[in-house]
Amino acid sequence: MLRLEKRPSPSKMWTALTPILAVILTMIAGGVLFWILGKDPVEAIRTIFWDPLFHEDFAAYSRPQLLVKAGPLILIAVGLSLGFRAGIWNIGAEGQYIIGAICGAAVGLAFYPSESFLIFPAMVIAGALGGWAWAMIPGILRTRFNTNEILVSLLLVYVAEQLLASMSLGLLRNPEGRGFPGSRNFRDFPAAHNGEIFANTGMHWGVVAAFIAVIFVYILLSRHILGFQIRVAGQSPKAARFAGVNPNRLILFCLGTSGALAGLAGLFEVSGPAGQISIDFNSGYGFTAIIVAFLGRLNPIGILLAGLLMALTYIGGELAQLMLGLPSAAIQAFQGMLLFFLLAVDVLSNYRIKFSRSEGA
Amino acid sequence: MNIKSILTGAVVALGVAGAAFAQDKPKIGFVYVGPIGDGGWTYHHNEGRLAVEEHFGDAVETTFIESVPEGADAERVLTQMALSGHDLIFTTSFGYMDPTINVAAKFPNVKFEHATGYKTADNVSIYSARFYEGRAVTGLLAGHMTKANKIGYIASFPIPEVIRGINASFIHAKKANPDVEMSVVWVYTWFDPAKEGDATQALLDQGVDVILAHTDSTAPLTILEAAGGYGFGQAADMEQFAPAPRVSSIIDNWAPYYIERTQAILDGNWTSVSTWNGIASGMVEIGEISDAVPAAAKAEAEALRDAIISGEYHPFTGPLNKQDGSVWLADGEVADDGTLAGMGFYVEGISGNVPN
Repeated sequence: MLRLEKRPSPSKMWTALTPILAVILTMIAGGVLFWILGKDPVEAIRTIFWDPLFHEDFAAYSRPQLLVKAGPLILIAVGLSLGFRAGIWNIGAEGQYIIGAICGAAVGLAFYPSESFLIFPAMVIAGALGGWAWAMIPGILRTRFNTNEILVSLLLVYVAEQLLASMSLGLLRNPEGRGFPGSRNFRDFPAAHNGEIFANTGMHWGVVAAFIAVIFVYILLSRHILGFQIRVAGQSPKAARFAGVNPNRLILFCLGTSGALAGLAGLFEVSGPAGQISIDFNSGYGFTAIIVAFLGRLNPIGILLAGLLMALTYIGGELAQLMLGLPSAAIQAFQGMLLFFLLAVDVLSNYRIKFSRSEGA
Repeated sequence: MNIKSILTGAVVALGVAGAAFAQDKPKIGFVYVGPIGDGGWTYHHNEGRLAVEEHFGDAVETTFIESVPEGADAERVLTQMALSGHDLIFTTSFGYMDPTINVAAKFPNVKFEHATGYKTADNVSIYSARFYEGRAVTGLLAGHMTKANKIGYIASFPIPEVIRGINASFIHAKKANPDVEMSVVWVYTWFDPAKEGDATQALLDQGVDVILAHTDSTAPLTILEAAGGYGFGQAADMEQFAPAPRVSSIIDNWAPYYIERTQAILDGNWTSVSTWNGIASGMVEIGEISDAVPAAAKAEAEALRDAIISGEYHPFTGPLNKQDGSVWLADGEVADDGTLAGMGFYVEGISGNVPN
């Protein structure tokens, strides 16, 4: 008979091992899924996890693309992890991502076709401020009126999407675009373009920012008093009060930081890989980042790896569609399994499994 | 240029060369914006792909990737297709325009065909259908079928393609029924059954009893079936809803075009072209007009269809005014393709504004 016994504190070993275990379980369950769909499971798993990195025809292209896809995920997830650790739930990173992109792009487009080297830095600042301001709405509503930041931040995503549509059709529309929605393409505006820093590496400023954010958050959490306060607030809000933590300050800091980082991710994406503001510019990075944050155990280094893994399943998933004819829904189910198994095996880090004879047997 | 980029360039070049050597069996790729089971737009592009497979048998290989977001993801998908040795790639949504042009520039030996856009290159063709011809016929039917004199239109994105459809529908609904009014709802999506259903409900709540849609799912017809009222199949026949609520449909038939372009690859004489075909060529088809439509109205709609096919009638023939009352086309004047391609205004009588 199996019995669960709560551990006094989460097991360090299992906390580190569960993500790996979850990935292995996902591969097995996914393999079964692909097998039922009539595909060779080993080949499907190899196409998803191996080919993007080592296939002779694709790897040269898809390895850099891994960074392009993972960059925004990591940048957003690292910000979210701060709040999640402290029990502050910013679910609306998608909205902050959109607003950051709009603000940053607007600043850049306002100076078209200037060649000043100051434009890009100004766009970066505007992008961060835009995301920050959008996150301050649920922040201030929470600290002033005690509203629920989960609902407010989530609903503001839909407001942001409407704003995005309005911007692509109105204010930021390309005057030379023949009436079609969408802004000018930043590729044709070198001073504002977030291109690759080294050709064919996928390394653009957003990826650099993601790495910097990982380092800063790591230092913040391990060395800084604010990081200590965040950890205490998450583990025991009462103890945090005794320790002199100002909860309102903490809420505004966590929401503001995650908003600013999401805004930055939006700005780097719109001025780089996406290239323009368009009605459906956002493709769910803000929501996927929530999965990445948890997959990475809310730990900056973990998030870095989780972001790369998630990007790998996207790119490998496309290859599997192309090479093996797997339906895209199967790939999405496969990604869903990853989170499912992660949460499921989480039980191992919080509980001990005991084998015991049931009474009367 | 550093060593890394030279090396990567070499690898890309090898990939392209590999594609060229694998010429014995051309590979044709399709990129879809929705799932192949959407029952509308993507479903019919995929039917076209299956027709290519059936027509050529083992002589060609086809692949597809579905539900590809427009933007950076599309560019990656297209590059992966080009790298994996495809000879011809169809990109089947407007939003793939810039990604198609960008990737095509990197792979001059791969041919691309972009649906509904306006940018071409030496290795990029564009193709679209004159859906507005079909819209004229369904608009006429809508005018006949409404009892409340109110028809609704579920519009996707405010691009010329969609605005043309709204205008063509309204002009011909008005011919059938001078008292008709039209409400337009913008949903900003090509495929989202939930949003399309909400829009349908919102229109019904306003007293509309006939709904035209420029979105791809069957959700509007599902709601109309329960609530009463009439609608049309969009992009696909959607005959499962006949004879009512679906009274007719506009069917996209891409198969002949896809077969023709694949043949050109096999023959080695593919060139960049711009194609804009209508009912006459078979690219646009009018689905069977059901028995729910009175015989006289049905005959009138079929006569309109035949006049468009024979070329004696153009759906945009003056006298027509713009929404603000200014003259657009004088009596007997026919709109030119350039104006139609960039259409950004409503004709007189439609209420509301084109979003901007």
